[in-house]
Amino acid sequence: MKAEGERFRREKASLPGRIVRFYVSGFREMTVGRTLWIVVLLKLLAMFAVLKLFFFPDLLAGKSPEERATHAMEELTERRIEN
Amino acid sequence: MEYLQTVDWSRAQFALTAVYHWLFVPLTLGLSVVVAIMETRYYCTGDEFWRRTTKFWMRLFGINFAVGVATGIILEFEFGTNWSNYSYFVGDIFGAPLAVEGMLAFFLESTFLAVMFFGWEKVSRGFHLTSTWLTALGANLSALWILVANAWMQYPVGCRFDLETVRNEMTSFREVALSPVAVNKFLHTVASSFTLAALFVVGVSAWYLLRRREEKLARESVAVASAFGVLFALATALTGDKSGAVIARVQPMKLAAMEALYEGGEGMPLTIVGAVGREGPGCCRAEVPKLLSLMSFRDPDAYVPGIRELLYGDEKHGILPVAEKMARGREAIAELARYRAAKEAGDEKTMAEVEAKFDPATPEGEEFLREKFAYFGYGYLENPQQTVPDVPLLFYSFRVMVGAGIYFILLLATVWWLNRRGRLAPKRWLLWSCVWTIPLAYAASQAGWVLTEAGRQPWAIQDLMPVGVAASKLPSGSVSTTFFLFLALFTALLAAEISILLRQIALGPDGAAGNTEPKKY
Repeated sequence: MKAEGERFRREKASLPGRIVRFYVSGFREMTVGRTLWIVVLLKLLAMFAVLKLFFFPDLLAGKSPEERATHAMEELTERRIEN
Repeated sequence: MEYLQTVDWSRAQFALTAVYHWLFVPLTLGLSVVVAIMETRYYCTGDEFWRRTTKFWMRLFGINFAVGVATGIILEFEFGTNWSNYSYFVGDIFGAPLAVEGMLAFFLESTFLAVMFFGWEKVSRGFHLTSTWLTALGANLSALWILVANAWMQYPVGCRFDLETVRNEMTSFREVALSPVAVNKFLHTVASSFTLAALFVVGVSAWYLLRRREEKLARESVAVASAFGVLFALATALTGDKSGAVIARVQPMKLAAMEALYEGGEGMPLTIVGAVGREGPGCCRAEVPKLLSLMSFRDPDAYVPGIRELLYGDEKHGILPVAEKMARGREAIAELARYRAAKEAGDEKTMAEVEAKFDPATPEGEEFLREKFAYFGYGYLENPQQTVPDVPLLFYSFRVMVGAGIYFILLLATVWWLNRRGRLAPKRWLLWSCVWTIPLAYAASQAGWVLTEAGRQPWAIQDLMPVGVAASKLPSGSVSTTFFLFLALFTALLAAEISILLRQIALGPDGAAGNTEPKKY
């Protein structure tokens, strides 16, 4: 009865609804996948939250295209070795 | 001094990230195809055995994919943080293949990956099989665009330098995507990844045969993977041979270093094994006469330049000394500095003069770009010896890769033949060899990348930009700290993957012992 109800709901649902249900039931039935998702989330947290925020300045962020070109020109010409 | 330390730490960090990333990628590329082949057998026969077998290997594929996913993002992230000059200088070209990879291949792969894992009971068999093949296609298309970007760094074509924006801009996507380096790099990398995946499947199956568990699954998996592996191990050898011929033309110093060829000449031999030093050719070399000339230029008497000729020039063969290239590169950089000074001073006459030199449409510009700007990167070098990569590292990496590749062909062919005749299971020494070949396959794959990347030093972009100019000016303390953070993170991820994989292999296709209910993912 429950299975029939599920099939009925599936047949009646719109395409976006069926896609959402597809993913929800897929994630709900995961076993090994749950451990893997924890690994993925920890990795993303370490990469973006910790490393990006605390260690690396974005040297070109907030600069206009002209300012970026000027910055690149400075970098390329100031590192040269005189003849 | 502080800056040199930053460059070294940035190089170390990028190498570390790339090495760890490449531990996950080749298995994803190859196992996706092996799984698709197995599912095709299920689709064609309707035999539940193939469904169960497919789901088992798919689970191992999923673990590797999930643990490895996003390690590649860190590499792209490092381009912006550690290599900002490089990213700006060539972002217009390098960004295009990466954008195609992100938009097309990754979405294809990730969309159908969900159907592949969640859709067994929910979509038709045909749609599920299509999704599995599209996931494999998406994974390999991702690799294509990343490798096109990498190939461009080794052989920069299809671009021109724009003086106003101070960037190299793409003039031909076709030239970038279909350069001989890109095509060969893709074919060689994918073929070797397929071989690695085949060895993984054969190795795990061999372990089951040694334990006398899941014997039918193991035998049938060996049958599929060994045939697949032999085919692609041979393809790896063929594409590797072609790659060598391409390197001889576009990166002769890399070829000379990997052969430890200090003195070039005509009809040069190929060293099979030997000892080499940093200052000279070393001793105890077993060589095959004329083979290097034959493999490099398809002519046994062809001239192959050695490190000495490439450093000090060879007028007879039209090779410029590095010192001359450095002088020309410095002239190109001086013109750039002149343009900058003129722009700051509002001197339009000088600006117009320099602009004419960088304009490929004028005869003056065409000559300047060909004779001077082509050596732009040499202008930053302090001495010619900087153009010589680490000879022993390249020499031994190349021999590890090739030696292992030959062993893989022999092993896979032997395993395929014995398995076909039903005589594999009693050969316990061979089964153990298959198990222990899994780490060797990874070592060979890494050796290939060491050869590729260490071999193009000192260049971030061949002849145009050395790594010292490409690197961002960051505090070396920040880069060294993040190096160790990445080292800890990646090592933990690798340990997690190996632990989850080993547990799932030990549990077998039906999950926990005694549980016959198929596992979900």
